Amino acid sequence: MIKVEHLSKSFNKTKAVDNISFEVAEGENLVLLGTSGCGKTTTLKMINRLIEPDQGKVFIHGQNIMDQQPETLRRGIGYVLQNNGLFPHYTVAENIAVVPQLLKWNKKQTQHRVSELLEKLHLDKKYLSVYPNELSGGQQQRVGLARALVTDPAVLLMDEPFGALDTVTRSKIQAEFKALDELKRKTIIMVTHDVQEAFELGDRICLMDKGKIVQNGLPGDLLFKPVNAFVRDFLKDQRLQLEFKAIKLRDIIDLRPKGGVFELHGEVLSQNISLWHVLEGFKFSKAENLHIIDHYSKKKTVLGFEGLMTAFYQYKKRQAHE
Amino acid sequence: MNEQQQTLWQFMAQQSDKLLMQTLQHISLTFISLIIAVLIGLPLGIFIARRKAFSGPVLGIAGILQTIPSIALLGFMIPLLGIGPKPAIVALLLYALLPIIRNTYTGISCVDGSVKEAAIAMGMSGWQLLFKVELPLAMPVILAGIRTATVINVGVATLASYIAAGGLGEFIFGGISLNNTNMILAGAIPAALLAILFDFLLSLLQKLNRKKLKMATRVLPAVLVVMACFYFVPSAYGSKLTAGFTPEFMGRQDGNLGLQSKYGLKIHTIVISDAVMYKAAFEKELDVISGYSTDGRLKAYDLVVLDDDKKIFPPYYAAPIVRDDALKKFPELEPTLNLLAGKINDSIMTDLNYRTDYLHQSPDRVAKDFLVAHHLLKPAGRGSAGIVRIGSKIFGEQYILASMYSMLIKGYTNYDVATKTGLGGTKICFDALTNNQIDLYPEYTGTGLLAILKPSPQQINAVTGNKEKTYNYVKSQFEKRYQIKWLYPIGFNNAYALMMRRKQATQLGVKSISDLKQYLETK
Repeated sequence: MIKVEHLSKSFNKTKAVDNISFEVAEGENLVLLGTSGCGKTTTLKMINRLIEPDQGKVFIHGQNIMDQQPETLRRGIGYVLQNNGLFPHYTVAENIAVVPQLLKWNKKQTQHRVSELLEKLHLDKKYLSVYPNELSGGQQQRVGLARALVTDPAVLLMDEPFGALDTVTRSKIQAEFKALDELKRKTIIMVTHDVQEAFELGDRICLMDKGKIVQNGLPGDLLFKPVNAFVRDFLKDQRLQLEFKAIKLRDIIDLRPKGGVFELHGEVLSQNISLWHVLEGFKFSKAENLHIIDHYSKKKTVLGFEGLMTAFYQYKKRQAHE
Repeated sequence: MNEQQQTLWQFMAQQSDKLLMQTLQHISLTFISLIIAVLIGLPLGIFIARRKAFSGPVLGIAGILQTIPSIALLGFMIPLLGIGPKPAIVALLLYALLPIIRNTYTGISCVDGSVKEAAIAMGMSGWQLLFKVELPLAMPVILAGIRTATVINVGVATLASYIAAGGLGEFIFGGISLNNTNMILAGAIPAALLAILFDFLLSLLQKLNRKKLKMATRVLPAVLVVMACFYFVPSAYGSKLTAGFTPEFMGRQDGNLGLQSKYGLKIHTIVISDAVMYKAAFEKELDVISGYSTDGRLKAYDLVVLDDDKKIFPPYYAAPIVRDDALKKFPELEPTLNLLAGKINDSIMTDLNYRTDYLHQSPDRVAKDFLVAHHLLKPAGRGSAGIVRIGSKIFGEQYILASMYSMLIKGYTNYDVATKTGLGGTKICFDALTNNQIDLYPEYTGTGLLAILKPSPQQINAVTGNKEKTYNYVKSQFEKRYQIKWLYPIGFNNAYALMMRRKQATQLGVKSISDLKQYLETK
């Protein structure tokens, strides 16, 4: 879907991005992770040509982005900024409708799409005619997201999208973000320096340092198969939480032979759910147990907190031996 | 007993046509120059906001233009653009440029970087970024710049009357030279009100919310253009020739008013400062001007005086006027000043003026040469018996006379002399004399009669036909009213006169004002 080949960019002889290559599959969420100055934002901005690369190529849908008009290219790519970058002189509705207006959509279609998005992002209709400065930070960021999603672009670029928010708002919006069906079909590249956020939201993580990719892989790969000490060091804070986030429930409890489902509080859980989210779902009262239901035999296996932990340790032990 | 007793309101009501005309001209001057300044300043401001390397030089040059004194700037414009509205508009627009360029630059530079980045990332082109994001966000700052420029322009536009561009300055400067407070106020108050009004209206505009502002910025250009068009309200009558009269001449019975009532002269007239009037006539910008019969430029620019066959210009014989108490204090003063009596006739005075005004010899040197030639110069004494203070108005002839008197007093008496030359006009000189700031200055009989005594029209008619009658009348009245003595006339008559280029006058066969009227009436 997105293919980056040997991309380089220097500013005043300092190499900001140094010959990097990666690919993002359709529907995948790739996180560019690293400290400030590692080149992750520069990389992101070269994908919609906010920054022109010195060397290298970027292909989206197999098409070289340098062969397109930058304006046309950008109108087809959603972009979310850290400080939301909303237009202070536009109302919420006008802000969301910027790209449709550039693409000359008709009014009705735009209006319909705007209110649809507002609903999906849990924003009240009364905010439509309000100016951004009257909104809270979280609301502004939601509007910024709506603006990026309005034309339903296949590709979404996000530059520290939740970076300016307080912790409580951030985790709330992250949760909404994960749940948003609009995003599930999209190919997303997201930049962050927040390790927890990367593990929370990324299908794959690309850890960068000094303009180069250090390791590009699944969250579990970075944790359990770090290529060097830099990666290990980078992930050492709150490692247990990262592990819980990186490990999926189906990694530690193998359902494959039986084809069952997980259920918690009577709700079927996603196949991709992380251990962290199961644990968060636990309320630690006596009756709280994870049910594993076998499709065929309808047999229920009940697993409590201790049972999950045991499975977790067994999984880790297996990783260490591999 | 006419104008002095009039209230300001009566004056304004009486002159309402002129007042309206001048106000409209004033508004037009302000807004024509403002529109052009916006058309130049806005793109320039945008340009330097994009190319920061140019911002220093551009803002620097605009800043330097701003520091040039307004009158000097108007003066620079005359050789380039002549007289009339053109140079005035250019000068005004130069003043308006700096605030507009600077505020546009600042406004656009201060737009939040992440907002600009978002706009580009949404796929806006450079122009879309400018018109949809940068300009709307910079608009309050840009409007503040336009507001400053407007107020500056309303103020500076009063000076436009110096170069025949009209506006409320005509009343203001006419009033100053005619010693007519009502006239000054009739120009100054509307000018101040205009400044306050436009400032207020633009401040409202700045406070509008974004939606209304969007609409306002669309309506504003139309409003500005309408305002600018006032200037083109056709003037009352066109004619084959163009006259340029000073603001003072315009308002005087022995000036334009007399030309209209006694001669019935109808000529397309513009108001102009006498500093540029002669030159403008020489350069064929003007055909008929109101000058002074002894002016040196008459000779320099080869102009001829039209004969005043109906005698509307009263005699303007020059004589020193002295406060009575000064004469008592300095007993030798009167005979010394009278040494010059009858010594300088019209052609001598014109020649002396020619030497100062055109050959740029210093008045002191011209005065000295004259005294030497007439064997009047004596070496200066010790000057220990007190100081005589001599005043003069602000033109060459008065400087020469003041200089001659100074040399005579130093040579023939034991007094020292302090000169206070270059006092703005009749009012300023005369007030200085009555308030004991100076002891004497050279005055003209006609001025004393019409600008200071201001008798009834009947009285004026009775005394202006003959030079002795005028002199005797002002002499007795000044003594009675102000305890000021008119000494013997110096000899020349520096009266108002209409003048034309010699060549044109000969071609058209115009020798007198009546000839001129006749020529204008033959279609």
